[in-house]
Amino acid sequence: MSTRELTRLTLAEARRRLRAREFSARELVEAHLEAMARHRGLNAFITETPELALTMAAESDRRLAAGDARPLEGIPIAVKDLFCTREVRTTAASRILHNFVPPYESTVTRRLWEAGAVLLGKTNLDEFAMGSANVTSHFGPVVNPWTPPGEEPGRVPGGSSGGSAAAVAALLAPAATGTDTGGSIRQPAAFCGIVGLKPTYGRCSRWGIIAFASSLDQAGPMARTVEDCALLLEQMAGYDPLDSTSADVAVEPWSARLDAGVKGLRIGLPREYRVDGMPAEIERLWAEGAAWLRAQGAEVVEISLPHTAYALPTYYIVAPAEASSNLARYDGMRFGLRVEGRDLTETYMRTRGEGFGREVRRRILIGTYALSAGYYDAYYLKAQKVRRRIADDFREAFTRVDAILTPAAPTAAFRIGEKMDDPVAMYLNDVFTVPASLAGLPAVAVPTGLDGEGLPLALQVIGRPWDETTVLRVARALEEAADFRALPPRIAEELA
Amino acid sequence: MALDRETVARIAHLARIAIPEEELDGLTHELARILDWIDQLREVDTEDVEPMRRVMDITPHLRPDEVTDGDCREAILKNAPRRHDGYFVVPKVVE
Repeated sequence: MSTRELTRLTLAEARRRLRAREFSARELVEAHLEAMARHRGLNAFITETPELALTMAAESDRRLAAGDARPLEGIPIAVKDLFCTREVRTTAASRILHNFVPPYESTVTRRLWEAGAVLLGKTNLDEFAMGSANVTSHFGPVVNPWTPPGEEPGRVPGGSSGGSAAAVAALLAPAATGTDTGGSIRQPAAFCGIVGLKPTYGRCSRWGIIAFASSLDQAGPMARTVEDCALLLEQMAGYDPLDSTSADVAVEPWSARLDAGVKGLRIGLPREYRVDGMPAEIERLWAEGAAWLRAQGAEVVEISLPHTAYALPTYYIVAPAEASSNLARYDGMRFGLRVEGRDLTETYMRTRGEGFGREVRRRILIGTYALSAGYYDAYYLKAQKVRRRIADDFREAFTRVDAILTPAAPTAAFRIGEKMDDPVAMYLNDVFTVPASLAGLPAVAVPTGLDGEGLPLALQVIGRPWDETTVLRVARALEEAADFRALPPRIAEELA
Repeated sequence: MALDRETVARIAHLARIAIPEEELDGLTHELARILDWIDQLREVDTEDVEPMRRVMDITPHLRPDEVTDGDCREAILKNAPRRHDGYFVVPKVVE
């Protein structure tokens, strides 16, 4: 098998053929390291870890030879640079952590290495995961591999897990980890034509993931198929005593339950997601998705989630408030950047002023304002009450339906540099993903078509708390009906 | 709620973030625009609504009150911007 063909394999296929000894873990890892080197122009990685990858692959080959393979033995993966990795620089794409080398490993990545996965490198992201276009990274923007040929400077991959999405779409890794606070797995997955799952809040441990908004942050898998996401989630999920919000709920064999079909399921289409100015192509895609599920035996009904329009402004109080508290730790004293001033206060102010980028500063200031004396009730408490209303809307809907189908994003990937001068226009990217985040629900983005410019479009499936099983089943049904096999043109050309 | 330049300077100081003088007007304008947009939340009737303080209804586990780590001074100090003789070095805070 040629090295280019090796990068085309899904995680499930690679796993089967590694076990059949058709190729070695080393060959599989080398093929991906070569692809990464060829595509440095995408800027998908902040740190590549080729030596570590080859060491880990050698251990996998030893185990494969001994018949002692673990669940993800020899599978190369990319990790968002928000997960602390022991002895591997972890930056959160921020200047303030540009030199931070964690002495410990996040629980999710520890589980992946214990399952035999191999680290290819740390992927680029929006600074501290704050963004929807991967343009706020201290290490520069990521280029979407789907950028139409000849277009400069290219399309955004979405964000904040933009490097992970671009890497998987460009065949630099079969799968990657992401984190999702308001859509940071699902929206980049949609923009890059891959599958991205945000699990139920509490499903994956947050320990060792650099915190953005603690009541929303959740790790999840990104891959090219629904099955691969399920296989990865089975290893990432599980109770962790180190995270008090991690739930002691059984990890299920999701990958074995994908093909149960959707016959008899009730699927809701929320009428409030038909937003003004939504492109007709996305409207059509949504109707098509509903028709596919109906054809496979599901009952599709219209539902109402009345507070949908208030989800984004609620999010932009809750998330910045939590961020302003979480990011208070970056004071230049114990780790990260320090910019000396005349006294302690000036050192703090210069360190944080120069260490944080514009969007992070903006959000910390919004959060500080919302939590400050005299404004707490008007903003933060109010937002927590509206958040309850949004969660109640979903609870009510799920007494009538088993899953909810919506578009994943309101547009296809836009150009790098667009929406930069208007923060609110940028925030509107997450209009379809934020409500499920506020309610803590599992949700997945699945690519189902291309728009007139050849850019991927995706649908989102939202489920009940802890019901990743149904979410993935519906996603699998959509995947099968859509039969989305397109590759980014520049990558397809390489394989030809 | 009108947000002025002085308020932005005050919250920037509370957040310990130095904002260059020439960026203050632009930043005030951006934050005011975001807060104006957020103000639509006032339309929502939240009378008698309990604020959502936790996301999933789970009971956290208690664990025995035992020391589970320690003896890792080198690991803790490794990333220090300045260190001396096993300590963090920080700006003088007591006159």
